[in-house]
Amino acid sequence: MIHTALVKGPIDPADVLARVGAPEDGAQVLFLGTVRNHAEGGRVEGITYEAYEAMAEEVLTQIAREAAERIGTDRVAVVHRVGELAVGEHSVAIAVSSPHRAQAFEASRYVIEEIKKRLPVWKREQYADGTAGWVAGMEPDEGSRRAAPEGARTPPVERSRARGGERTAETRR
Amino acid sequence: MSVQALFFAAYRDLLGTRSLSVELPEGATVADLVATLRGRGSPFDSLPAQPAVAVNRAYALLSEPLRPGDEVAFIPPVAGG
Repeated sequence: MIHTALVKGPIDPADVLARVGAPEDGAQVLFLGTVRNHAEGGRVEGITYEAYEAMAEEVLTQIAREAAERIGTDRVAVVHRVGELAVGEHSVAIAVSSPHRAQAFEASRYVIEEIKKRLPVWKREQYADGTAGWVAGMEPDEGSRRAAPEGARTPPVERSRARGGERTAETRR
Repeated sequence: MSVQALFFAAYRDLLGTRSLSVELPEGATVADLVATLRGRGSPFDSLPAQPAVAVNRAYALLSEPLRPGDEVAFIPPVAGG
């Protein structure tokens, strides 16, 4: 079963791994993305992840489905965290299981690379000297910018946010 | 018609707002929205002329026509993972 989620609290890798696995699977791969203590900007004390949440949830599911299709399994689990993370905390966990190891490695690699290319998530690093900065990211590639076919577009979601140019509150915790 | 423009991360910091309601002529495209906003002058003119955008939560081309009530998100270079 494919499982994806955007979460605000700590990721438990064992929970994500437990989402995959089947009697016919001889391989399970778990990838963890972790906040490191250094970057080009200097020593990093933490990272705040921000997401366009409604879209990120959809894109995460699309990516997991694509990965599963590539290797012919449905055992793919992806959990991405948002909010403030300290050094050493996990920002993303990807678990894949398949009959043989090659497919599980391939699918988990596909998921993390696609996340880097097109998941609408941004990170702001807090440096030890008190400054902070948005990490220079990747332009979503042309392949993901296809215009949707006429009639296939999803309607706008109901919004509770203030309209008319008012500043709206951050939903981040 | 009115569309909702959303700004995230560095774009939100640049503009000081997370969302704006923008009036556009019927038949306007994403490119028209970008040009309208950039035409407002500082700080809007610091938005890229060809930003990545999503219409109703799906990546879209600048040539995509808009409809009333569409949600158009300006997507800065992404940095997930």
